[in-house]
Amino acid sequence: MLNPELKLNTKMFDDKIEQVPIRQGFGEGLLEAGEKNLQVVGLCADLTESTKMNLFADKFPNRFIQIGVAEQNLASVASGLAAMGKIPFISSYAMFSPGRNWEQIRTTICYNNRPVKIAGSHAGISVGPDGGTHQAIEDIAITRVLPRMIVLSPCDSIEAKKTTLASVDTGTPVYIRLAREKTPVMTTVDTPFEIGKAQIVWVCEKPEVGIIATGALLYKALLVAKELEGKVEVMNLSTIKPLDEKAIVTLAKKTGRIITVEEHQKMGGMGSAVAECLAKNFPVPMEFIGVDDQFGQSGTPDELIEHYGLGTKGITEAVKRVLKRE
Amino acid sequence: MELTEEKINELEKKANDIRILLIEALIEAGSGHTAGPLDMADIFTVLFFHTLKHNQKKPDWPERDRLVLSNGHICPVLYSTMAHAGYFPVKELQTLRKFGSRLQGHPHRDFLPMLETSSGPLGSGLSQAVGMALADKIDHGLTSARRIYALLSDGEQECGQTWEAAMLAGKEKLHNLTALIDRNNIQIDGYTEDVMPLESLSDKWRAWNWHVIEIDGHNIEEIIDAFDMAKTIFGKPTVIIAYTIAGKGVPEFERDYRWHGKPPNKEEGEMAIKELRTLGGKIKSEHE
Repeated sequence: MLNPELKLNTKMFDDKIEQVPIRQGFGEGLLEAGEKNLQVVGLCADLTESTKMNLFADKFPNRFIQIGVAEQNLASVASGLAAMGKIPFISSYAMFSPGRNWEQIRTTICYNNRPVKIAGSHAGISVGPDGGTHQAIEDIAITRVLPRMIVLSPCDSIEAKKTTLASVDTGTPVYIRLAREKTPVMTTVDTPFEIGKAQIVWVCEKPEVGIIATGALLYKALLVAKELEGKVEVMNLSTIKPLDEKAIVTLAKKTGRIITVEEHQKMGGMGSAVAECLAKNFPVPMEFIGVDDQFGQSGTPDELIEHYGLGTKGITEAVKRVLKRE
Repeated sequence: MELTEEKINELEKKANDIRILLIEALIEAGSGHTAGPLDMADIFTVLFFHTLKHNQKKPDWPERDRLVLSNGHICPVLYSTMAHAGYFPVKELQTLRKFGSRLQGHPHRDFLPMLETSSGPLGSGLSQAVGMALADKIDHGLTSARRIYALLSDGEQECGQTWEAAMLAGKEKLHNLTALIDRNNIQIDGYTEDVMPLESLSDKWRAWNWHVIEIDGHNIEEIIDAFDMAKTIFGKPTVIIAYTIAGKGVPEFERDYRWHGKPPNKEEGEMAIKELRTLGGKIKSEHE
């Protein structure tokens, strides 16, 4: 059942569940951050409305900088602003930032130790019809490998707003992974959130499998858990770095088997991070739900999720597979 | 400060001292870049001993001007000038590029926090300087008086990011930003016009709405005047294209691109120091 302590949306399994794009939460969070802290500035590379930075830009035109289609400049200009005490948020599609400008993020933000917050929208294959060029499924791998970087991957718009607000005061670089599509709202404003803390969102007494999901696919994992009542526990891992190793090991000890679920390449993503943790601390059989060393393509989000085996069918099969392993 | 002949002579002597210090550091390091540091010594001298608002006793003084070195590989001249100016002991220059040294092979703020930026990968310094200038513009608008300086190589005019930053600075009319390009015509693989023709550099910068000043990068008076002139330009950033002689000060090194990325060995270095101490044989070295 849903973990009552987390005050989750109890209507999340209704037919008419509220759906909001995760990026909307970023836009609202940045607006609130701008109201609370005058040092917050926003920079965008010609995708202001798409990334929902327009909410901030409209309210604080003097603190918004339109960079144009120049993502390398976007990252390094933000570094310069941070050097002067500003708290810059930069936004683009994840494919271009942190994709195209990775070295600038490494050198001028992380190596330089500047607290720039990178919002990468349109992450994952659920971007849909735009096709593979615009579907970032490598971004977790390339950000979590950077020293000092915090990597956040909220599951819905409400959590995205909380991650955005929480990232203001970390004093570090932060990557916030956002999705384009409307996503079921699973959390509520009362659901606790803390960077670095994983949450068990679906609990059961004697689980045989632990599912660790990040981003919007958490909803698919919850649907499977509900279907297989009594068999699995589900964790929302919205902070991918620093990893909540204690919570992950606890789940592995309790269940003995782990499945990771993410809209990302299997290689180098959240599943890899969990595997690194468990291999070191408490090895258990694992299955990985993710894209299998391929690029995406055009299609509706649902078609793509099913095609790449990231939906309820894929997760259910992974549960069956992992249950056969010792 | 009035610009007397005495003052100019004093700065020229400092520049020569800095060249000697950086050659000594490179000999000891056994690796590093020679040509760029030598040819930028006059400009660094003017910046640290005349133009910059800074305080070596209080490197984090908030009101200081900001100096961004984009082409981090010429850091021997940055370190030598900073040491000469009293930021740290001159003898520390002998630790350049060694394990545990604050003087990393390319500048790193973790090791030497008084640096404004870490740098090395070419093409990103101007963007950071633009960000700094924008911060002051956000806080103080058109009245912002503090200046942001960016030092660039000519080789990094080949980086797309340089032009992304140039475009933004022109659009934002950053009067508080001065960039300076070391136009020494060399890069690792050869002469810039062979590797990738850059001319006309001045026309390119003018096209992005920059005020362009062209100077002899070894003439102290011209360097000072250009930095002063930049302060008077309103509604535009300024770029100073400083024409320099790669390896300036050591005739055996001058204009030869092969000195871009290697240090002198002991013998070459001692010859270079002798050249510098005697100003190319014109005077007798006090060390003889």
